Amino acid sequence: MPRPGRMRVNEKVKDFKGTMKKLFRELDKWRVFLILCLLLSSFSALLSTIAPNRLSKVTDVISEGIKPDINRIQTISKEIYSNAMKNYMSYLNLDKDTDIINSDKSNAIVDNNTSALIEGFNKLDDKSKELILKDITIDGVIISVKDQIIFLNIINSMDDSMVTDDLLEMLDKLPESIKILIEPKMNMDKLKHRSLILAIIYILSSIFGYLEARIMAHISTNFTKKIRNNISLKINKLPLKYFDTHETGDVLSRVTNDVDTIGMQMNQSLSSLVASTTLFLGSIVMMFVTNYIMALTAIAASILGFILSFILLKVSQKYFVQRQVELGNINAHIEETFSSHKVVKTYNGEKEALDEFDRINDKLYNCNRKSQFLSGIMQPIMGFVGNFGYVAVCIVGAILVMNNKTSFGTIVAFMIYVRLFTNPLSQIAQSLTGLQATAASAERVFEFLDEDELTDERRLKGFVDKDIAKGNIEFKNVRFGYSDDKVIINDFSAKAKSGEKIAIVGPTGAGKTTMVNLLMKFYEINNGDILIDGVSIKELTRENIHDLFIMVLQDTWLFDGTIRENIKFNKKDLTDEQIWQICKIVGIDHFIKTLPGGLDSDVGDNDTISQGQKQLLTIARGMVKDAPFLILDEATSNVDTRTEELVQKAMDKLMEGRTSFIIAHRLSTIKNADLIIVMNEGEIVEQGTHEELITKKDGFYSKLYNSQFEIN
Amino acid sequence: MIKLLKNLSKKDRFIILVIAALVIFSVFLDLRMPEYMSKITRLVQTEDTTMKDILTAGTHMLLCAVGSMLTIIVIGYFSSLLSANFSKVVRRKIFVKVESFGLAEIKKFKTSSLITRTTNDVTQIEMLLAMGLQLIIKAPVMAIWALYKIIGKSSELSGITAIGVVIIVITNTYIIKKVTPRFEKMQKLTDRINGVTRENLTGIRVIKAFNAERFQEKRFDRVNKDLSTTQLENQKTFAIMEPIMHFVMHFQHLGIYFVGASLITRLGIVDKINLFSNMVVFSSYGMQVIMSFLMLTMIFMVLPRARVSANRINEILDSDISVKDGEFSGETKEKGIVEFKNVSFRYPDADEDLLENISFKVNKGETIAFIGSTGSGKSTLINLIPRLYDVTSGEVLVDNKNVKEYKLRTLNNKIGYISQKPIMFNGSVKENISYGDNGRGKPTNAKIKEAIGVAQAEDFVNKMDNKYDSHIAYGGTNVSGGQKQRLSIARAIARDPEIYIFDDSFSALDYATDAKLRKELKNYTKDATVMIVAQRIGTIMNADKIVVLDKGKCVGIGTHKELLENCEVYKEIALSQLSEEELNHA
Repeated sequence: MPRPGRMRVNEKVKDFKGTMKKLFRELDKWRVFLILCLLLSSFSALLSTIAPNRLSKVTDVISEGIKPDINRIQTISKEIYSNAMKNYMSYLNLDKDTDIINSDKSNAIVDNNTSALIEGFNKLDDKSKELILKDITIDGVIISVKDQIIFLNIINSMDDSMVTDDLLEMLDKLPESIKILIEPKMNMDKLKHRSLILAIIYILSSIFGYLEARIMAHISTNFTKKIRNNISLKINKLPLKYFDTHETGDVLSRVTNDVDTIGMQMNQSLSSLVASTTLFLGSIVMMFVTNYIMALTAIAASILGFILSFILLKVSQKYFVQRQVELGNINAHIEETFSSHKVVKTYNGEKEALDEFDRINDKLYNCNRKSQFLSGIMQPIMGFVGNFGYVAVCIVGAILVMNNKTSFGTIVAFMIYVRLFTNPLSQIAQSLTGLQATAASAERVFEFLDEDELTDERRLKGFVDKDIAKGNIEFKNVRFGYSDDKVIINDFSAKAKSGEKIAIVGPTGAGKTTMVNLLMKFYEINNGDILIDGVSIKELTRENIHDLFIMVLQDTWLFDGTIRENIKFNKKDLTDEQIWQICKIVGIDHFIKTLPGGLDSDVGDNDTISQGQKQLLTIARGMVKDAPFLILDEATSNVDTRTEELVQKAMDKLMEGRTSFIIAHRLSTIKNADLIIVMNEGEIVEQGTHEELITKKDGFYSKLYNSQFEIN
Repeated sequence: MIKLLKNLSKKDRFIILVIAALVIFSVFLDLRMPEYMSKITRLVQTEDTTMKDILTAGTHMLLCAVGSMLTIIVIGYFSSLLSANFSKVVRRKIFVKVESFGLAEIKKFKTSSLITRTTNDVTQIEMLLAMGLQLIIKAPVMAIWALYKIIGKSSELSGITAIGVVIIVITNTYIIKKVTPRFEKMQKLTDRINGVTRENLTGIRVIKAFNAERFQEKRFDRVNKDLSTTQLENQKTFAIMEPIMHFVMHFQHLGIYFVGASLITRLGIVDKINLFSNMVVFSSYGMQVIMSFLMLTMIFMVLPRARVSANRINEILDSDISVKDGEFSGETKEKGIVEFKNVSFRYPDADEDLLENISFKVNKGETIAFIGSTGSGKSTLINLIPRLYDVTSGEVLVDNKNVKEYKLRTLNNKIGYISQKPIMFNGSVKENISYGDNGRGKPTNAKIKEAIGVAQAEDFVNKMDNKYDSHIAYGGTNVSGGQKQRLSIARAIARDPEIYIFDDSFSALDYATDAKLRKELKNYTKDATVMIVAQRIGTIMNADKIVVLDKGKCVGIGTHKELLENCEVYKEIALSQLSEEELNHA
């Protein structure tokens, strides 16, 4: 079934920027917190830029700690050789007087004939070497003759062609005494110191992150709470006209689905957007400081990404908006179908309802799929842009090095910055998609919040005090239509004096309820005026007018709460005793007593309480109120006549000295009215008392009255 | 959750397999990327590298990057397909199920909750699928791959990684435990928010008339506050999550370095070097393990809420339907006969019978009326005929067949039911009249015109801007109560039913219209059986049979005249409306 009312699907891409602006204006209340969040996440981002650098320093300490002291090996070998040569020479029976040679001389000998001597010495077998050599002490470590021989053998077996691993293996075979000397020393103090700094950075970063998340949670939940509240407040500020053209389900969807989306996405997107933007900007600054050509390269590469993502944002925004719109539509259809369950079932309307559901569901599926897909694309594209930037920087860097424009060190530093620069890109992309969903929902919420409200009444000066009101009402040439070309009330003039009972009768559609709506200022009259105690309702606030009236409607509206709450409604000071008294008058005391919960029994969305009983409850609710005027709009249409009689009596008593308007079909109940106004098609056709009107043989009223006895 | 996922079709499962394969491929590509990066870094740092070398390596890396990008985009395509389709299917399933509900089930769940479950709850699960599916596959692949790289390398360093994992598991379990009941509460409160807003919208006139805007706003505010507080509590709990994850990740890194360094000092030169390279491996792969847990963490942000939503959806899908469909779909020999045999009824949770031992029979072409005081059970009684509820004991027969034996469609085809509260759909007048299906096709325009005429709605419909195509707003807010009633009567007439059921459907009509309508209806539907619930004596006094109900019991059956003589309750009712004289006049 095509539904004209639901064709309002707004498919054009709306104002992303404008909506975001509004969103931030709403957020203004939490400005201090937002700034705090910004600072915290900037700090945390700053720490993230420092941390890798610090970590590499820790790595340096460790890698220093594992390299054996190669230089030490050379000094050790020099020492051992010089010692050996000295002993070798004396062994070769050189001048015995030179037993004690001064060091200069012996050094000269070693120097002059080193290679020959060493060669000679090396050729000796281990036993001879043992005889020649003596224990020596290096840095307090005694190296025995045996150790010296092993050391020399290992050193001699080395050659230039050996690879590192073999070399290390050989080092491992060195005698303990020498190992002690060349063993790498891990600078544990330095390591501890650097690790501590790093640990502090990490802890701080975690604390900042936590604080930021806490504050953000606070902002986002309070923000959504406020928005929800604003919608609820807005509902009561809208003119009734609005609800003639809008569906309940759609408004509901804005309160739940849209606000939900805003809350969830905002919480995630906003903070990560701030953090990644800080990181992003920070690394750009650092890049420019290091080398502007390469910085420009990196930026150029990422601009490509940004252009792509803005195109994507533009394209996908449409689907995000549509998605929320369709969600509202499906909510509306579901609401309608579920609350019309009786008719849907008994008329076999399931298929029809399902067809319509399928139609909207298919649409929803399509924009769901598209919006999700498009938002999923953003991240890989940004990821690619990051990699692209990396390669570009490397190539440009390499060219610069070849032309001697920059050093290797710069490039190495740059590589780190480029990574810091590209990582936030994909996070920014993700946040942007999140914000996109937020914008689509926020737009619908703001659209609702921006609807025209009831006219502002603050400037109105008129006031009628309900405690001293006289109770006169005058209708003066009232003219009204829901739109200019559809006039419902043509020219209505009537007067009700204090304490009178005025009945308005007429066929359905005559405009009886409309008159009441005008009197209550639910709608504004186009022409003419209504005066309450001589004051024009145009000069009175709605609140003032509503205060003056007790109104009981045909509509058996009760809210989801206990019977007590419903009868009390917005009147706070009411004892149970008073409630029971009223229930007795209305005749539902017995019924309430039979309910297991008594006054605490729940009413609302259920069927155990009949329409008639609900209507009695609404009458009881009305009777609680104290006001100079009473309006009964078909207030007893669902109640059986015996009960009605009782209620009527109670009301008559209540009405003594008060002006009342009664709309009724059961003419028997209005026979004693002081004035009966007979309406047809928006005009008064007859006025008078029952006696006066019934005597007019061909009168409208007498025909209406007699029709109830017609035999059909 | 898993139960709900069984709704995935074969095609969906295949898509999941494709996604899984693609995810593994993309993990492979992603892991290649650092290798290329370090290769390029090395090339740039080596002095005798030519430009060509760098370009080649760069091209390789870019190719790999393009591949990775495309793979992820394809994954995104498939998972959006999957999740959107899943939510579509589940949403439809819920809708169909709710349509099959009787009034008892609707009452149990409450309309506002059914609405939230069909939209908001489904969206929660859709989000999990869209976001979580890739991560659910990717996380274990990464974790296993990383574990494979470090397994058996160093028990001390493995220990540190294990500690990290244990801390994360404990944190996550703690968070889930804390958060799940709150999410349950949150969805319930969303129902309430929905409910209170709905109330406000439907009762706007009453609220305004009572100046109760602030009262209603306060009611909303309370629920809103509850909802926000619960939400805030949850988000506070979640706020610990990421910092702890990062903390664990970093301290694992640092721990590996520190413990590694102390171990190194005790080792030989070769072992030192080996341990150092192990450390590097550990710190990068241990990071991967933690990272994959981090990904799971992101799922945990959505999972508890989705699980709660899944349960709420399952509650609907698993709900037993009290009114079970029958078998019979053929033609009955007799037409227009309704019989109640010793029928009693009570609401499932009530202690007392609402209807007690009711018996009567009405034949083709007859009119039967039900009268009684408010709450006497009149509406309930006739609700039993189209099986909006089922009897507690006894039998309801239509055309000599128990209503439970009929297929509901077949039964409904016989019935034209007009509810107490007229229901209008958003659509044109014509669409509202031709609503539903009576097994004989949609009514023709002529038929619709006729129905509108009989229902005394012609006058005002003709006055509307587009006549039969005029738009009726949702809930019929742009037509008056009496007009709504006449349109809903026209809807029943257009169905051409055997049995009309009027549940106090004349209450908003003035006497003249009421009388005229019933007169024309009688002429129009000579053969149809008419059942009327009414308050007005005038409406029913010409009925062939009047059933008088009092507190759920039948206290009299007969014609107007008979009842006036022998039924005290009836007489009372009659006298409350008409004077002795007027009664005699009739």
